[in-house]
Amino acid sequence: MSAWETVIGLEIHVQLATKTKIFSSASTAVGAEPNSHASLVDLAMPGTLPVLNREAVNMAVKFGLAVGAEINRHSAFERKNYFYPDLPKGYQTTQLAEPIVGAGSVELILDDGSRKTVRIHHAHLEEDAGKSLHEDFHGMTGIDLNRAGTPLIEVVTEPDMRSAEEAVAFARALHSLVTAIGICDGEMSQGSLRFDVNVSVRRKGEEKLGTRTETKNLNSFRFMEMAIKKEVERQIDILEDGGSITQETRLFNGDTGVSRSMRSKEDANDYRYFPCPDLLPVMLSEEQIIELKNSLPELPAQRLGRFAQQYSLSDYDARILSSDLATSDYFEAVAELSGDAKLAANWIMGELTARLNAEEKSISECPMSAPDLAELIARLKDNTISSKIAKQVFEACWNGEGSPDQVIEARGLKQVSDSGELQKMVNKIIAENATQAEAYRAADEAKRKKMFGFFVGQAMKASQGKANPQQINELLMKALNS
Amino acid sequence: MAIDQDTVLKVAHLARLHVSAEQSQALAGRLSDILNMVDELQQAEVDNITPLAHPLDVSQPLREDLVQPADLRDRVLPLAPASEGNCFLVPRVIE
Repeated sequence: MSAWETVIGLEIHVQLATKTKIFSSASTAVGAEPNSHASLVDLAMPGTLPVLNREAVNMAVKFGLAVGAEINRHSAFERKNYFYPDLPKGYQTTQLAEPIVGAGSVELILDDGSRKTVRIHHAHLEEDAGKSLHEDFHGMTGIDLNRAGTPLIEVVTEPDMRSAEEAVAFARALHSLVTAIGICDGEMSQGSLRFDVNVSVRRKGEEKLGTRTETKNLNSFRFMEMAIKKEVERQIDILEDGGSITQETRLFNGDTGVSRSMRSKEDANDYRYFPCPDLLPVMLSEEQIIELKNSLPELPAQRLGRFAQQYSLSDYDARILSSDLATSDYFEAVAELSGDAKLAANWIMGELTARLNAEEKSISECPMSAPDLAELIARLKDNTISSKIAKQVFEACWNGEGSPDQVIEARGLKQVSDSGELQKMVNKIIAENATQAEAYRAADEAKRKKMFGFFVGQAMKASQGKANPQQINELLMKALNS
Repeated sequence: MAIDQDTVLKVAHLARLHVSAEQSQALAGRLSDILNMVDELQQAEVDNITPLAHPLDVSQPLREDLVQPADLRDRVLPLAPASEGNCFLVPRVIE
């Protein structure tokens, strides 16, 4: 056991899935030509004024309601002043003293099944900056302001996490929450969800928090886990050598797995916040809040409970299958259509997930539709095919050979359940393997079991795996014992 | 509350303003006067008054989330000292 305890707090930037920017009517769509979605407001032209997007406010409130937070009926915007080329106004419009979402919490289920609550300190509305492009501009930096003004909520947690695993579990839970309530597309590779990680260590039993460092802009769960583990090691090494930790911002390079200090100027953190005179306070009525609360869909935690109950799934299965909306919807469709939730769960978590992972596909890109998987399961249940054949059919459907019924028909994979036909096959096998049959009859009970497998194998070979295993077992048993 | 010249120079730097040593001395005096006035205001009895984020006592009007064309590249890129490939160009900023 390590003598050290890790303490982690997170700040998460969640890009809101609005159509337009927080303060202008320019589109937030990604992938457009540089600077084609930058309005006069986004370009910070003198004389322009921001007009707040209703949907951004609604989404922030929905988030607050989903984490059981206090929704502040009165919130206000401030200016955070700093100079950077991708911030045309010279300040970021954000919230500080009066954020729209107050304290809340998120409950996690960890891999060992235990539960943990991570407290949310607050969440506030703010605007994203543009993008600085450092390549392809021969030593200069290119500025694309399409992202400037995209609405964000910054979610700030309390330092409640005690390991990289817990931090990642929280990050996943948050990802699943914001996508479930439809306020974020969850595309981490596009930067829709970005994590800043505050890490410190202290000796076990110590109450006082150690000096923390902040590692910024981690946009994958894997990088986040790597960055935290590396940072914990680095801090422990320094402290064990008698050194001390410098409070600083660090950058993590996912490709090399190395982090380094950003060495930003000492005065960079003096943002001289002040209330933004261009924006009035945001006031929310009780009716608005109730309406938004009623508009919330089923939350991941509620879905998890329902899955466990409605489909009699284990906690583990329910947790995996309810983790994101696409997987949940797929599972529910397969379970309903096939009428067997347990088999649906097994196929999705087994064969399907393995293939998706192998091809680095998400479930929304799955070539096997939910109705097709349901059909496959139905054929398995009505004994049209055996589970071994089912894997073949799955493979064929995956590769676009058609629906399960079409594949079974085209490849002639129907299980043989005709007892007359099976009886003939059994008779033939016993006749062809008379010596083994004699040996079986002479053997004692203990050895018979193993010897029996030989005959089953022969039957499966003869039928190319299509014989109904249960019937074959019965017929063989009868023939051998007579 | 008094503001010294160093503070003036620091704030000027943060705001990217060029302030000479001479100016900073004069400014220190004037800013101190302003802060002294604020100190006086601080003594006002406000315990029973709700803080005010804005002098207008109305709520922020909200805009519907509807896209309007915002492509101003042909007009704004030529205004920049340098541009290329639809991007504004600035001196390299990465550390």
